[in-house]
Amino acid sequence: MKPTHKIHIENLNVYAGKQQILKDINIEIPKNKITVILGPSGCGKTTLLKCMNRLTDLYPELKVTGKVLINDKNVLDAGEDIVKLRQYMGLLSQRPYPLPMNIYNNIAFGLKLKGVKRRRELHKQVVHYLQQANLWDEVKNRLREPASRLSIGQQQRLCLARGLAVNPEIILADEPTSALDPISSQYIEEKFVELKNDYTIVLVTHILRQARRIADYVVFMYLGEVIEQGTVEEVFGNPKMEKTKQYLGGTFN
Amino acid sequence: MYLLNRIQRHRVNYTWMIVSLLLVASLPFLLFLGLYLKSFLLIHDYHLGDLLFSKVWKPGSGKFGFYPFIVGSIWVTLLAMLISAPICLLTAIYVTQYTRKRFLRIMHPAIDILAGIPSVVYGVWGILVIVPFISCFVGPLFGVQTLGYSILAAALVLSVMIIPFILNILIEVFRTIPVELKEASLSLGATQWQTVKIVLIKKALPGIIAAFGFGLARAFGETMAVLMVVGNVVKLPKSVFDPGYTLPALIANNYGEMLSIPRYESALMFAALILLAVSLFFNLVMHFFIDRYNKFSA
Repeated sequence: MKPTHKIHIENLNVYAGKQQILKDINIEIPKNKITVILGPSGCGKTTLLKCMNRLTDLYPELKVTGKVLINDKNVLDAGEDIVKLRQYMGLLSQRPYPLPMNIYNNIAFGLKLKGVKRRRELHKQVVHYLQQANLWDEVKNRLREPASRLSIGQQQRLCLARGLAVNPEIILADEPTSALDPISSQYIEEKFVELKNDYTIVLVTHILRQARRIADYVVFMYLGEVIEQGTVEEVFGNPKMEKTKQYLGGTFN
Repeated sequence: MYLLNRIQRHRVNYTWMIVSLLLVASLPFLLFLGLYLKSFLLIHDYHLGDLLFSKVWKPGSGKFGFYPFIVGSIWVTLLAMLISAPICLLTAIYVTQYTRKRFLRIMHPAIDILAGIPSVVYGVWGILVIVPFISCFVGPLFGVQTLGYSILAAALVLSVMIIPFILNILIEVFRTIPVELKEASLSLGATQWQTVKIVLIKKALPGIIAAFGFGLARAFGETMAVLMVVGNVVKLPKSVFDPGYTLPALIANNYGEMLSIPRYESALMFAALILLAVSLFFNLVMHFFIDRYNKFSA
């Protein structure tokens, strides 16, 4: 694995019963860049993302083979260490799912799992991460309210703050703006561009314009296969494969 | 003509819907009113506190103390809940969070069969299995002499009876929690068990309260199976190995007999009124907790 690459996926196959969801995936995800996994709905983008932090465990019907190397460790045969490994990766899902607790504890939850115990330290970090997600000013007077009372946009920022709080190296985002209004979406996109200095970001999306706006590196998937991958200039500027051209041109069936 | 017919039919349907609604909505009140009127004779002549808290039950000499029945009912119900609540909670968590979906498909018929067994069959099972089990095994184990017909026997039978009802609701409650919430918790580095304990149970809490409340109400009102194993002795039970008497059993055992005794029928109606009031109370408390939860911590 080259040092500039953060995640290295080799011969990844995922089966659900007889159906193959992912076919022989080989990709390299560069460090401190935004890698966009692009493709139409149902092409296996989300499954690919879930393989990276092994949330595939939640679906016992899935059979996963191959290698997903993160920091030279194969996530797929990490055994119990996966609990620790998952903290290398923050997850942002399609819709925000705040934990059923108050705003403060939504952030403190991950911190406590990491072993932060002292109250003052906990508070300092909660404030810090809420500020990082530009949420602090809106919630500082209502930290003890249930997180479910926030607006969807605020909830998504809370989820971002919660993910950042475990101090990950990678951010996995699964269409994080699909439920948000344009302004909240724009905020998340800007934040990602800002965050890539410190984090490696993997963003799943089917929105072409979003990919064009913020991607450094693009992986185009179709029906469980990687059709094409390269820098954003390569894939958008000069696509090699017919399928990619069709998808980018909007003439896709 | 055809059009008119359709409009008329629409009106008729509409009327019937409202009539049905009113009927259903007014039933509880009518029931309450009916029981109150029937037990009025007793309530009028006695002090309410005396009726509820007096220990003497001698209808022949005009002494109606419901305390032993109330205490018996509470003991049996709470003990049954104490046994079945943890079992149901753990089973529901295991079935929904730790196993494949296929397992749930096998579980469902098993639960439904348990729910469909008539209570008199549970009673027979109690007499044949649970009662000897307590008198020959559990009693001696604790150094107690007991016939087996006891609060404990009733609670054990009852706990098996309410398991399917509580379990079915709990499984539904846990199944409707979005998997993404679980994913969020796991991705923050929580273990599966931490996720269950801290996140999922919290999310499911209103549903859990509702399930337990439902089970409690059912257990409190269960008549036949309890009556067959509880011993039916009007006495304050000192331990779970003592026989007792419950409110539903009191009504079922005595209604239609000895009604020549003055106010006896009234007294039985009063027992029914207590039952109804207690179920209503359970319901209100349950809703109170659920509302509170939704307001302050969801």
